[in-house]
Amino acid sequence: MYRILTTRWRQGHRTMRYPRQLPVLPERFRGRPVIDPSRCPEGCRDCEAACPAGAITTAQGLRLDLGLCLFCTACVEACPNDAIRYTSDHRLATSTRADLVLAGQELKLAEGMADELHSLLGRSLRLREVCAGSCNACDLDTNVLNTVGWDLSRFGIQFVASPRHADGLVVTGAITRNMHHALLETYEAMPKPRIVIAIGACAIGGGPFRDSPQVHNGVEGILPVDLYVPGCPPHPLTILDGLLRLIRALPS
Amino acid sequence: MTSPCASWLTLRHGMAVDESAIPRIAPDQLARSIADARRRGGRLAQLFGRRISGAVRIYAIMAFDADGLLEACCCELPPLNAEYPSVTALCPSAQAFEREIAEQYGVIPVGHPWLKPLRYHNTDDGSPAPWGRFDPAKPIPGDYPFYRVEGDEVHEVAVGPVHAGIIEPGHFRFQCHGEEVLHLEIVLGYQHRGAEPLLVHANATRSAIVAETIAGDTSIGHASAYCRAIEGLAGADVPARASAVRGVALELERLANHTGDLGALCTDIGFLPASAYLGRLRGEFLNLTGEICGNRFGRNLLRPGGVVFDIPADMAGELRLRLARLADETLDVLQMMFAQASVLARFEGTGALTREQAEELGLVGPAARACGLGRDVRNDHPYGVYRFAHVPVAVETTGDVYARAAVRWLEVQRSLSFLIELLGSLPDGKVRQRVASLKPDAMGIGMCEGWRGEIVHVAFTDQRGELCFIKAKDPSIHNWFGLAQALRGVAISDFPLCNKSFNLSYCGHDL
Repeated sequence: MYRILTTRWRQGHRTMRYPRQLPVLPERFRGRPVIDPSRCPEGCRDCEAACPAGAITTAQGLRLDLGLCLFCTACVEACPNDAIRYTSDHRLATSTRADLVLAGQELKLAEGMADELHSLLGRSLRLREVCAGSCNACDLDTNVLNTVGWDLSRFGIQFVASPRHADGLVVTGAITRNMHHALLETYEAMPKPRIVIAIGACAIGGGPFRDSPQVHNGVEGILPVDLYVPGCPPHPLTILDGLLRLIRALPS
Repeated sequence: MTSPCASWLTLRHGMAVDESAIPRIAPDQLARSIADARRRGGRLAQLFGRRISGAVRIYAIMAFDADGLLEACCCELPPLNAEYPSVTALCPSAQAFEREIAEQYGVIPVGHPWLKPLRYHNTDDGSPAPWGRFDPAKPIPGDYPFYRVEGDEVHEVAVGPVHAGIIEPGHFRFQCHGEEVLHLEIVLGYQHRGAEPLLVHANATRSAIVAETIAGDTSIGHASAYCRAIEGLAGADVPARASAVRGVALELERLANHTGDLGALCTDIGFLPASAYLGRLRGEFLNLTGEICGNRFGRNLLRPGGVVFDIPADMAGELRLRLARLADETLDVLQMMFAQASVLARFEGTGALTREQAEELGLVGPAARACGLGRDVRNDHPYGVYRFAHVPVAVETTGDVYARAAVRWLEVQRSLSFLIELLGSLPDGKVRQRVASLKPDAMGIGMCEGWRGEIVHVAFTDQRGELCFIKAKDPSIHNWFGLAQALRGVAISDFPLCNKSFNLSYCGHDL
C-alpha cells in the first residue's frame, strides 16, 4: 500500500488544463493545411499528381478536400510555389461534408447541436464506438481521451459499452463489406434522437483504402453524419475539439 | 549461395534474388520439403500464393534463426481444380497460411485438419473456394458452423464483432462448462480492407501509406519491412543515419505499445493505479514519435531510401532528456506493479502455453519469448542499426499472462537504454537517398521485429522492374491461434486478461 501511495505521489496531477490552456504540440505537427490558389501558375498540376489520396483537384482552381487528405507531405514537397502549407492549427472538425473542401476560404468549423438536441445531450453525451475497417489508429487516439491526461468524462462525454445506452455513434474505418451489417445493426439498436460522428479519413472517404473493392469509402451514404473529424489519424486534440464544439462546450 | 538441400534457395532479407533462381518443386513435395526444413532447424516464416498467368504459384519461406538465413522455394499449381497435399498436416503453423491461399485462389490443401475461411471474401477471380461462394447480400462472416461441444451443461457464449470497448471487430465463440472454457473459436475478417493489392499502387506515396496502415499501431514496423523489401530490390544502401532514425522510431513504437499493454492488463484485473499511470505514459512515448515526424504513430517517417525527417542534434538531446525522465516514471510504476501480490496472483498461471505448443503453432514476438523461444528478428536476422547496436532478447519460460507481461517489462527497460544510448551517438550523414530502379523479375524480402513480433514483406517485380505483387505478414497471423489455445481450461472471466496479454492485431490479420 505504501509503495502504491509513493508512486501516486511521484506521478502527480496529470490532467491537462485544456480547454483553458492549449497543450503544446510538436513543431512538426501537421494540422490544418492552408492553400493559396493565387500562387498556382496556369496549368500546374504537380500537387494533384503527387497526392496519394485524390484529395487535391486543380480543374476549377486549387481545391483540397480535408476529408480525403492523409496529412502526408507529398503535395508540399511537389509544389514549387509554396501554394500549400500545413499550419499547427489542430481545429479541423466540420458539420457538413462540403465544409471540408478548402478552396482558399476560411475553414468553417463545426457548429453546436441545435437547441432541442443540446438540451437533451449537451451536458451528458454517451457515445458508442464502432470500428469498421480502420487501421486501429483512430480508435487508439479516441481511446486516449479516456486517459487521465485528457479525462474526457469531465466534459460529460463518456464512451459506453452498449448501443442501447448511447446517444451517438462514433464510426472509424472505411466500412468494410464484412462490417457493414454490424454497423447498421448497432445504429438501429440506439434510441432516438441519435447522432453520428465520423472520425478519420477512412470513415469520411475511405482514407488509404479508398476505392478498394472491399470497402465502402466511408460512412457517407450509409448513415447521416453530424460531425466530421478529418485526419489520418486525427490528433486526440482534434477529436476533442470536434466533440466540444458539438456540445457547445468550448469557450468562444 | 547454395543450400544444404537442393530444393531450397538460401538468401537473407534485404537482398534481391532472381525469381527464376527460386527452386520450383512438385506440389506434392511441398509439405515434405517444409517438414524437412523444420527438422534442419527452420521455422515457417511465410507461405503464400500468387496468381501468374492463370496458374497459382505457392512460395514458402523458412527462417533459420540460428544462422540468420532464409530459404525459399515454390511450387506451381494448374489454374483449375488445383489441389496439393496440405502442409498443415505435417506443420501446424501453416494452418492460417493455407486457409488464406484456399480463400484467395480456390486451391485445396488436401488433408488440412480444419480448412475454413480466414477473412471471408470471395476468391480473386470468382472461382469457388473449397467452401463455396459467399452470398454478397448476406452478412459475412456470421453464417458459420462453429465447432460445438455437446453436453447438457455445456453452454455457448458469443462475443463480437462489436465489442464493449473502443477496439477492433472480431467474433469470439466460447464453449463453456460453467466458468471453464473448453474451446474458443475466433472468427476474423471484419477488418478486411483489401490492403495488399493497394500496396502495388501506381502512386508510390499511396503504397507506402497503405503499408503504414496495415496495422496503425505498427506503422513503423510495417513500413520498415516494406521499405527493406523494396530497398533490397533496388540494391539500395540506406544511409547509416536513416537506419538509426528508423531504429529510434521502432523502439519508441515498442515502448508506447508495451507500456499501453501493461497498463491495459492492469485495467482488466482492476488494478487502477498502474492502469492510469501507464495509460498516460503510453501517450508520452507516442508524443516523442510526434516530435520526430509530426504524427504520433510515425506516419510519413519511413520511405524507401531512408526517412523523411531527420533528428537534428538539439532534438536528439531533448528526446534523450524526456526519455530519461519517462524512464524514471515508467520503471517506477512497473516495479510497483510487479511487486503487488494481487497483480501477480491474477497473472501467474493464467492462460499458459508450453514451449512445445508455441513451437508447433509457430508463435512469434513476446508471446513466443514468454514460452522460452528466444526468437527476435533484431537479434536473429539483424538489419539496419541492429547490426551495430545489440538489444538483448528478453525471454521468460512460464508461457502465462505473467510471462507475456514480464517479457514486455524487460523489453521496456532494454528499449529505453538502447534509445538513450543511440540518441547520444547518431551517425552523421544524410537521411535519405534516391532509390534506383528495381531489379526486374526479382523477389525482395524485408523483415522487422515489430512490437508484436516478426513482420515479413515479400515484394516481386515484373520484367520492367515495376512492383507487381507484395505479400505482407503481420505477426498476429501466427499468434491468434495461440490465444485460442491459451484459453483452454481457463475461466471465461479471464478472457479479457488473456486477450490483452497477447494484444493481437485484427486489421493486421485481416489486411
